[in-house]
Amino acid sequence: MSHLPLKGLTVLEFSQYLSGPSAGLRLADLGARVIKIERPKVGDACRQLAIKDLWADDGSSLLFHTINRNKESFSADLKNSDDLQCVKKLIKEADVVIHNFRPGVMEKIGLDYDCVKLINAKIIYATVSGFGNEGPWKDRPGQDLLLQSLSGLVYTSGNEKDSPIPFGIAIADIICGAHLVQGILAALVRRQKKGVGALIELSLLESLLDFQFELLTTYFNGKQLPKRSAENNAHPLLSAPYGIYSTLDGHIAIAMANIHLLASTLHCETLAAFPLQEAFSNRDEVKIILSKHLASQASTYWVEKLHAANIWAMEVLDWSKIKEHPAYKILQMEQTVKTANGKEMITTRCPIRINGQRLFSSSPAPQLGADNNKLIEEFSLKNSA
Amino acid sequence: MNLLEDLVVIDFSQFLSGPSAGLRLADMGAQVIKIEKPYVGDVCRELYVSDVMIQGESTIFHAINRNKKSYVADLKVKNDLLKIKQLIAKADVLIHNFRPGVMDRLGLSYTVVKALNSSIVYASISGYGNEGPWKDLPGQDLLLQAASGMTWLSNDSNSMPTAMGVAVVDILAGAHLTQGILASLFERAIKGEGALIEVSLFESALDFQFEVLTCFLNDSNQLPVRSAVNNGHAYISAPYGIYKTSDGHLALAMGNIVELAELLNCKALQGYSDSKNWFILRDEIKVILAAHLLSQSTEFWLSVLIPADIWCSDVLNYGQLIQEQGYKQLNMEQLVTTSYGLNILTTRCPIRVDGQILTSPIGAPSLGEHNEFIDQQFLI
Repeated sequence: MSHLPLKGLTVLEFSQYLSGPSAGLRLADLGARVIKIERPKVGDACRQLAIKDLWADDGSSLLFHTINRNKESFSADLKNSDDLQCVKKLIKEADVVIHNFRPGVMEKIGLDYDCVKLINAKIIYATVSGFGNEGPWKDRPGQDLLLQSLSGLVYTSGNEKDSPIPFGIAIADIICGAHLVQGILAALVRRQKKGVGALIELSLLESLLDFQFELLTTYFNGKQLPKRSAENNAHPLLSAPYGIYSTLDGHIAIAMANIHLLASTLHCETLAAFPLQEAFSNRDEVKIILSKHLASQASTYWVEKLHAANIWAMEVLDWSKIKEHPAYKILQMEQTVKTANGKEMITTRCPIRINGQRLFSSSPAPQLGADNNKLIEEFSLKNSA
Repeated sequence: MNLLEDLVVIDFSQFLSGPSAGLRLADMGAQVIKIEKPYVGDVCRELYVSDVMIQGESTIFHAINRNKKSYVADLKVKNDLLKIKQLIAKADVLIHNFRPGVMDRLGLSYTVVKALNSSIVYASISGYGNEGPWKDLPGQDLLLQAASGMTWLSNDSNSMPTAMGVAVVDILAGAHLTQGILASLFERAIKGEGALIEVSLFESALDFQFEVLTCFLNDSNQLPVRSAVNNGHAYISAPYGIYKTSDGHLALAMGNIVELAELLNCKALQGYSDSKNWFILRDEIKVILAAHLLSQSTEFWLSVLIPADIWCSDVLNYGQLIQEQGYKQLNMEQLVTTSYGLNILTTRCPIRVDGQILTSPIGAPSLGEHNEFIDQQFLI
């Protein structure tokens, strides 16, 4: 893509793992120059955090490479005064600072918002914490599964009798990173008009509560805890048939639908006899009837019938099937990046299209401190002044 | 001042994906005007969830559409369409989530709109993009979870494919749309030009899985395998998961098994000293842990693990959560009031700006509530 909306902006990323770095990744994909500030020798702790024991060829995990492509790395020991001076010079040139240290850490280093504002009054200073800066939980580890567990989210998936079931993706980190990007960009819009910087603060807990705003609002006003259905639950607030069902050869998902229209479309007489107004209050029964009925034919058989009747349904696919499907291929969702050592890895691209163009970037994640020399020269970081 | 003060957003979208983007823009100070069909309006008004309704409208409609205005127009009627075009000429952002082709037929394609207002940011959400064999399929959250492989990541390996119980695809697509809109508004402030921003639920659902999809794509296309018991994440080693205790549950994130064995005084775990096995043998390890953790209360285990800085927590439902000081001190709740006097307790925007939380006491609009107001404001 010829030009990107954030071209010319510089972001310093003092963050680790996923929440802060996923925000940095999105800003990079939208055109910003993102420089990771990393501890010497170790760097972002995510370099050593592998999932499924998968590693890139440079000793950092594949996970790190996925989250940190298209960024630069400047290694600095913030407890060393020379290094700190260099970082302060970088801050002077930067537009955005992101960190996800626990509360108090940046204050100790002397890089809290008040200090940074003195170096660069127009900076957008953006932070992610686990639980906010106050209260009894503020020093607890802000880790995704723990936030899911504390925020009630684990009572939304799975069936009524199941244990609490977490989302199998780091939703707290990802949604919080997305909110951080929103706050940063809105602050940049204001800065463009008014010439002022901003402090943008997010916490994983607030983001995860916002994520559940429909359920929480319903709870606040109805006083009943959300209840997962006994079978085929897919959303605690929704009536039958909403859920995933087994078929003869796989599974299908059916979203909101009128159960009588559904009954006639699927030729299910038992369901046709069921009172329409009980689709919520008796949803477990409806789901049991449907489950039995749907087990008798293949997924495509049902989905064709349902689509012909304009009922919201879809076959449940896995990545192997998706990867071969023309509907996936036409997206061109994959891109190849080449690591510093020349190894190619395939990953996904930014999901936002601008002026009809997909946003690709082949730049890999940086080696630790790979850009120190370049940045020292470019911004004269070692010159005293 | 509000970050997005003076910005006007014309929002044609329904349900959750588009309207959640409008909500965030409203939270940050934009004026968001919902354009709704006569008599019916946003279909979400009628989407009753659970048995909880607020004066005949669904609780979720009120949650999603607080702090917005409603303008009724029949886009198939010439005079109404003319008014909408006048409004568009003065707006900063347009949002829609119609299926591909609908805005073209209405005469409000990006090309037409750009001719009316060259600096507008035109933002759309589709189900599967504007081309390909699935482009006309309904773009609905659960269906996208099914189509994107996401249902194979949560719950244990012998359970059915399991949906995530919040409309995560809608919400993320809305968040991505907001990002695209704001990035374009930033660029517009420099160059004066608008932009076309397109997001699809499908691409957003795939982006959400970027970490695990990248594993799949670089690991000989091996599909994810959820752990047999206490699954927390298909790609993460033991102990990652939620465990039953004698009186509730305990969540354990990444941790060193040897250290855990010692802290929990679990002799059966002591043999698992090779960290490679924490992934390969995770089911075995989890079975041992699960049996052991049943013997004491959640409180007991936390009192052992938290001082040792082990990543763990209790597991709360909403009723328990709202009693906690850690929740209360966030001031996450806000009361909004509609123009007809209905009070609804809901949540606020999660973003803090310059140390302030962002709240607004304005509830969701009734259908067409602001037609006259908007006509006057924009002289249409």
